[in-house]
Amino acid sequence: MIKFTVNAKHVSVSADPDTPLLWALREHLRLTGTKYGCGAGLCGACIVHVNGKAVKSCQIAVSGVEGAEVTTIEGLSPNASHPLQKAWITEQVPQCGYCQSGQIMQAAELLAMNPKPSRQEIVTHMNGVICRCGTYTRVISAIQRAAEEV
Amino acid sequence: MTEPTGKLSRRSFIGAAAGLTFAVGFGNRGTWFVSDSHAKSVEAGIGAWVRIGTDDEITIITPAAEMGQGSMTGVPIALAEELDADWSKVTLEMAPAEPETYGYLNRGRRSMRITGSRAIRSYFEQVRLAGAQVRKTLVQAAAQHWGVDSATLVTEPNTVVDPSRKRRLSYGEIASFATVPAVLPSVGKDDLKQKKDFRLIGHPVARRDVPEKVDGSAMFAIDVHLPDMVYASTVHAPVQLSKPLRWNDADVRKLAGVVDIVPLEQGVAVVADTFEHVLAARDALSVIWSEDALARGYDSEAALGDEYDGVLNSGAAASAPVMSEGDSEKAFRTAAKIYRGEFRSDYGYHAQMEPLNAVARFNAASDRVEIWEGTQAPGDSRRLVAQALGFEPHQVIHHQMYMGGAFGRRSVTDYTVEAALIARQIRRPVKMIWTREEDLAFGMFRPQALQCVEAALDDAGKVTGWRHCVVGDGDRLLYSGINIEEYYAIPHRLIERRGTSHGIRLKHWRAVAHPFNIFAIEGLIDEMAAKEGLDPLEFRRTRMALTPKAEAVFAAVEKLSDWHATRSEGRALGLSVTERSGSLGAGVVEISLDADSGRIRVHRVWAAIDGGIVVQPDMARANVESGIVYGLSSVLKERATIKNGAVVQSNFHDYRLLRMSEAPEEIHVEFLDRDTPPTGLGEIGNPFIASAVANAFYALTGKRLYHMPFTPERVKQVLAA
Repeated sequence: MIKFTVNAKHVSVSADPDTPLLWALREHLRLTGTKYGCGAGLCGACIVHVNGKAVKSCQIAVSGVEGAEVTTIEGLSPNASHPLQKAWITEQVPQCGYCQSGQIMQAAELLAMNPKPSRQEIVTHMNGVICRCGTYTRVISAIQRAAEEV
Repeated sequence: MTEPTGKLSRRSFIGAAAGLTFAVGFGNRGTWFVSDSHAKSVEAGIGAWVRIGTDDEITIITPAAEMGQGSMTGVPIALAEELDADWSKVTLEMAPAEPETYGYLNRGRRSMRITGSRAIRSYFEQVRLAGAQVRKTLVQAAAQHWGVDSATLVTEPNTVVDPSRKRRLSYGEIASFATVPAVLPSVGKDDLKQKKDFRLIGHPVARRDVPEKVDGSAMFAIDVHLPDMVYASTVHAPVQLSKPLRWNDADVRKLAGVVDIVPLEQGVAVVADTFEHVLAARDALSVIWSEDALARGYDSEAALGDEYDGVLNSGAAASAPVMSEGDSEKAFRTAAKIYRGEFRSDYGYHAQMEPLNAVARFNAASDRVEIWEGTQAPGDSRRLVAQALGFEPHQVIHHQMYMGGAFGRRSVTDYTVEAALIARQIRRPVKMIWTREEDLAFGMFRPQALQCVEAALDDAGKVTGWRHCVVGDGDRLLYSGINIEEYYAIPHRLIERRGTSHGIRLKHWRAVAHPFNIFAIEGLIDEMAAKEGLDPLEFRRTRMALTPKAEAVFAAVEKLSDWHATRSEGRALGLSVTERSGSLGAGVVEISLDADSGRIRVHRVWAAIDGGIVVQPDMARANVESGIVYGLSSVLKERATIKNGAVVQSNFHDYRLLRMSEAPEEIHVEFLDRDTPPTGLGEIGNPFIASAVANAFYALTGKRLYHMPFTPERVKQVLAA
């Protein structure tokens, strides 16, 4: 049993230690907001926070988060009230929506570190998260909007 | 258990609490409502579309598959407009996979297939008529209640108003006393609102799926979980369409958690208790494949070079005229000048972000299967699954989920058939997921192609003759977008296709063949303009016989992009045009070039589009932005190649997609103000971008790009040549 906290709840997962955190979250804990896109750390759809840091959950073993605090999109805020989530709705960012959990979790890390990022800082920070629908300009607008409101 | 629930998932209101249910009668006139009692008396093709509750809440079935384009919201808006519904009181429910009831009418047949940007344009008129009919029924019920002539009444959102006596009845109040008459009032186009009276169409309305897509609650097929469910993944042959002969069955079965190994026609599926065990079993599986596949030994780069040249230049190759107009032979024979260009393009992969997957569950008697999937064609998928199982379609219960991208790939659900076959063998519910590597290796690609385009100019320098030959594999997948008549009225034209066959799976990709055909068409035109010493826009205006519709979009983009203004050092503009799905768009891009690395950067994009009535301007704009970025990704980066019959690329490290740092900084989209029926906007942003970038590259460097994608290596070669 591997014990850690997810969205402030204690959980224990009986998976092989080298199971990627992604599959532990999605299939063992049924937190399916975190998405599988490539399984190789290339697309960012699986980004969650581990002890406040954005991590590609397909690239870390579940044993690697033993005792850690994991936050997924489901736990980012109560009732989707995080300024980024609100800005995402105002800017109507998502299209298919599949990558958006990863986008928002990556952006949340940025705003936590740097509440007023420049456009270039946003692009540099977000560049690892692919959006196949091409919502990039709206992602940038939403982050800028959220930064103004924080 | 997390079986999908919620307001979008299932039709729940048939036989639900008090209120009025409007069903729909199918026929060749479009969607027409009938009374509930009539619905129950008719055996097939009847289902509920709209329900008005006594609590004044309205439920509308939404028939269009949602893959990110927003039609799930857009189609019901058109119905709600004519119903004069209060949108804040409207709940949407996803339609079941029953095209005979929820399909749009297409050449006498009903279909729910959402391809070719057709959701809004196909449903628009019929759902408006349906909405108008419900409104009329409510007005008549109110008139009867008050004992007045219904012609004296008007509606406001969710309310019938008697202006002369200052009385009001909400739709919910009417539902509490009225019944749906046995024969509903008939409606025609005269009953529809004028554009100036629209309250919802053309006005900003938020997408209904967005809130669920910012908190992780939106359910895609890959998110479905069932009790007692196991996991599976199929391994297909590296050389597509080879068949599995034998594999290390006993070894793999010994691995932790492995439940079964299921042979399929073109692959072997491993089944295990967890997905991580499936992945381990996949890695351990070693399959010997048949050696009879057509693709064996195929080398796509070699084919696109010498083989396609040979096909183009040999009269022996299978040639199929796609279109012939006027006397092109004479136009070329008598031409004062002839221009000719050859253009090439590589295979394209859909790369929808959600790898293909489906969930399947049989009932205990094994005579019924439930499917959870995301598909662009629910009715077709249901039939396909039934066929594979030897079932009738009614034995397949279909649950449509959100799609994590589709782009044409999800209109054929071979992955869902696999899930159903696996579930039948193992007698347990199964979630079948292709890995990203599998999704790419067993992809269905946009075909690679060679284009030869020729133009004949008369003594006055006007283009009077036009020839376009496309060479490649894929029949119809090669020539969408090859017909220029919607924007250039060239009198003498000949279009032909010369086919070959490689045994690689091919499929409609976003805008199908438009991306490479428009690349060739608009590339040659830009080259002619330069050689004739004319501004590219001026050349089109004076030499290309622009249609009035084309004149309008060019004039709009000229203004929008400030076409004639001088750009800063190191920047240049390129112009292009495209039609798609009835829409016409002209686009301009502004690029710069890093000559050392060979990287082209597109900074700004302007697009002016005639899309008819735009039901939802912001959603439409998002579609065009998406098409532009999708197109640009393909133009600058994406290439799939085949070596020894196998796809070379395996994941996003070598099949590279456009990232944020490479996306345009600004995208400006303008829709021309029109009062004509809506046309497709999901793909109009994509096709013009290749030639716009190539033409800008010429403006910047004096060199031409003839092979897309314009990868840094290719750009450097062109610069060095």
